[in-house]
Amino acid sequence: MKSSVIVFPGSNCDRDIAVALEKMQFQNQMVWHKETKLPKSDLIVIPGGFSYGDYLRSGAIAGKSSIIDEVIKAANSGCLVLGICNGFQILTETGLLKGTLLRNKNLKFINRDVNIKVINNKTKFTSKYISNQILKINIAHNEGNYFTDLSHLEELQKENLIAFKYCNEQGNINEDSNPNGAIENIAGIFNSKKNILGMMPHPERMVDKYISNTDGVNLFSSILK
Amino acid sequence: MEINNKIIEKHGLKIEEYENIKKLLKRSPNMLELGIFSAMWNEHCSYKSSRIHLKKLPTKGKQVIQGPGENAGVIDIGDDDAIIFKIESHNHPSFIEPYQGAATGVGGILRDVFTMGARPIALLNSIHFGSPSHPKTKNLLNGVVSGIGGYGNCIGIPTVAGETKFNETYNENILVNAMAVGHAKKDKIFYSKAQGINKSVVYVGSKTGRDGIHGASMASAEFDEKSEDKKPTVQVGDPFTEKLLLEACLELMKDDSIIAIQDMGAAGLTSSSVEMASKGSLGIELDLSKIPCREENMTPYEMMLSESQERMLIILEDGKEEHAKKIFAKWDLDFVIIGRTNKTKNLTLKFENQIVGEIPLDALATKAPMYDRKWTKKKISKKKLNLKKLKKIKIEDALVKILSSPNHTNKSWITDQYDQMVMCDTAQRSGSDAAIVRIHNKDKAIAVSVDSSANYCKAHPITGGKQIVCENWRNIVSVGARPLAITNCLNFGNPENQEIMGEFAECLQGIKEACEFLNYPVVSGNVSFYNGTNNKNIFPTPVIGGVGLIQKYPHLLSHRFKSIDSEIILIGKTFGHLEQSCFLKENYSIIDGSPPEVNLLNEKNNGEIVLSLISDNLISSAHDISNGGLIVALSEMSIHSKIGIKIEKPKKLGNLFEYFFGEDQSRYILEVDSEKLKKTETILKKSNIFYEKIGKTQKKFFEIEGEMKTDVNDLFNINNQWYNNF
Repeated sequence: MKSSVIVFPGSNCDRDIAVALEKMQFQNQMVWHKETKLPKSDLIVIPGGFSYGDYLRSGAIAGKSSIIDEVIKAANSGCLVLGICNGFQILTETGLLKGTLLRNKNLKFINRDVNIKVINNKTKFTSKYISNQILKINIAHNEGNYFTDLSHLEELQKENLIAFKYCNEQGNINEDSNPNGAIENIAGIFNSKKNILGMMPHPERMVDKYISNTDGVNLFSSILK
Repeated sequence: MEINNKIIEKHGLKIEEYENIKKLLKRSPNMLELGIFSAMWNEHCSYKSSRIHLKKLPTKGKQVIQGPGENAGVIDIGDDDAIIFKIESHNHPSFIEPYQGAATGVGGILRDVFTMGARPIALLNSIHFGSPSHPKTKNLLNGVVSGIGGYGNCIGIPTVAGETKFNETYNENILVNAMAVGHAKKDKIFYSKAQGINKSVVYVGSKTGRDGIHGASMASAEFDEKSEDKKPTVQVGDPFTEKLLLEACLELMKDDSIIAIQDMGAAGLTSSSVEMASKGSLGIELDLSKIPCREENMTPYEMMLSESQERMLIILEDGKEEHAKKIFAKWDLDFVIIGRTNKTKNLTLKFENQIVGEIPLDALATKAPMYDRKWTKKKISKKKLNLKKLKKIKIEDALVKILSSPNHTNKSWITDQYDQMVMCDTAQRSGSDAAIVRIHNKDKAIAVSVDSSANYCKAHPITGGKQIVCENWRNIVSVGARPLAITNCLNFGNPENQEIMGEFAECLQGIKEACEFLNYPVVSGNVSFYNGTNNKNIFPTPVIGGVGLIQKYPHLLSHRFKSIDSEIILIGKTFGHLEQSCFLKENYSIIDGSPPEVNLLNEKNNGEIVLSLISDNLISSAHDISNGGLIVALSEMSIHSKIGIKIEKPKKLGNLFEYFFGEDQSRYILEVDSEKLKKTETILKKSNIFYEKIGKTQKKFFEIEGEMKTDVNDLFNINNQWYNNF
């Protein structure tokens, strides 16, 4: 399977995702943000980081960059697109995903391992997980507080477009297990066609048991299937 | 403008120093030249009070590739790998403007490391604040922590370890020390020494603004009521641009285009150009009209003294200019040839086709003042403590008091604000004795730790200096790494005060003795004097940043207990030294007496045996004993693993408080699987190591026979409250 990782000048998880993809046997290419053409890919990843510094709203400038037009085209023709952290923020800026990422409710950057629950495992991104499986995944963000309007929230719920929700070790989804204030504890969502996934937690950080754990592995192996 | 005494004083120079400048120039300097002298001759850049003492430190060893004198130190970790690291202070700016001060401290130390060809792989910090009840502390803590995080998180280097301490001695002068560690190929290390004449001198990075003018001079004076007025001397950080600069520099470093490279840190363009040319015994001519400026009508004086961040000076090989320019254009960074090297041995500055300044380089560098300041020795306190006179307390209450105190509480409120995982090589994060970072794509790793003990250093500087090197060494050993070398950040008060100068000289003496004995050389560092306000000096606070090597990753260790029913072994002798201890400080507010003695022979023997037990795979967890003594170390092992212990009552020592809270040095706690106990004991006996079997791990309860039995979860909660309530 062929993957492309979009590299903005301020991306800083680009190497991490490339290492994870290669470990999982993807044929990966890095695509510089000034490029105007995407190589043929089955999966496009927009990695974490600070795209253009994010001094304006996170991902705002990246959402208007030249390569992003190509990503939008590919996404609309059904290519799988995964946005992690800043990548999720960028996807909401492009409109490929609805809603927005507000500042964390405690107004601080948060880096820690949190538990998330797999809400929909019947997608190309999550099929190798068990339904309601609890994962421990690292988060690292300042703006991860997902928010959307009521009608979209209803759509997310009705169409089963919520990928992951923050929970505690036992799987309880409540205010205490919500690290950043995200509406309904949402940690990741799909678009209506379920070929685009945006998520705040970093699955690429969880593919090596000596560093953390391997809870992220099945996300990549689901895509490979 | 005429130069008068007031102007000289404003530039932080003494009248005698000004007379010396006139002698060296054989004329009076103009304002630009005076500014340049002030930038190079201040304490921060010239090390004029410290040089004479720093020379005594051991800086060599088989593992050392480059010692002090370069942008950072370089050590050999085998194969073709080198580790490049350094620590630096940003105390003064952080007190005035905590967010930007701390952020640019991180940015500055990162540049020191990647200037030499290393990709930074870890950040550490040592931050000291005043009393939690002091009105400024909360704001400063918040600002500094967000600043450190803001910079490191954005550029994408993990902040993996650090220490945060509170002590009223820092009420009006906090300490912010940042350390960066990078990885390079041994044959791809870049130095700052200029070579060859008529080579292009290139300015790359951000534009020059009016920020940070006289920053280095500010760091060379005490504070007073008007410190707030110094805000404009604090630089503003831009981590995004630094990320671009980092990637562009590393890209250019792939081939042989660069002759020499140096970042524009303290004293900006002045110190970088002067140091590069003077190291190569060359001259350098700069055309200031070409400097990329952020603001209009900047004068040569402002350009030379600006400390705008994210800038580098490079001397390029002939014919490489276009190639280099393309790389910097790719990263949208300025790239301008601003001058050339020559053989005049002068710094020549042109502006609008006129020579506006000309100074012999040796006057700025080698002939900068060096002082052998007077200093006095500190006597060790003879006062002995009478424990019987103290109000009676329970062991459990004393422990709770310590675990819930600001200096011992869990610090995840801070460390959660730092990205510790980016780059995906952090094998052990904050909260352990040392953090562990894997060398990318290799099966080896480095261990890193920063430590300080201001109270010990105040009480007896020689012992304190020794102790802090040993504690750092112990922290590295505890995770199974061979300690290799250190960097130090020497934070002291006013060196013109004999007592303070004595603290400096004696702390250094202690550091020297320990480093020599442990073969733990100093490869880089930084001195920060004048930490004080209105004649109130801070406690002497040398901060040691150590690096060790784990050959065979994943053979590494944490301090968390691994299983129940394993044996707990205490390595090293317990004498029960309570003076200067946390126990007395937190429970009785007594800070008195002498620090615990340091026996370097025991330190070395005990450490070596722990290392060999770890490499023989006999140990499941290890922890060094430091502040708070045995019981605090045990409780940390329990709290972080949620596994309890049952400790037998000590047989030999009379006083339980001395036994459990004494801060005797050179001690470790080891968890040993009962199956491996026999083999472990045989080795310990054969090596003549003093050890005690003190108890076993158990489920749920933290128990000391006949004294206390507490649920580990309760201790966990006690240890986790302070920041939430602050």
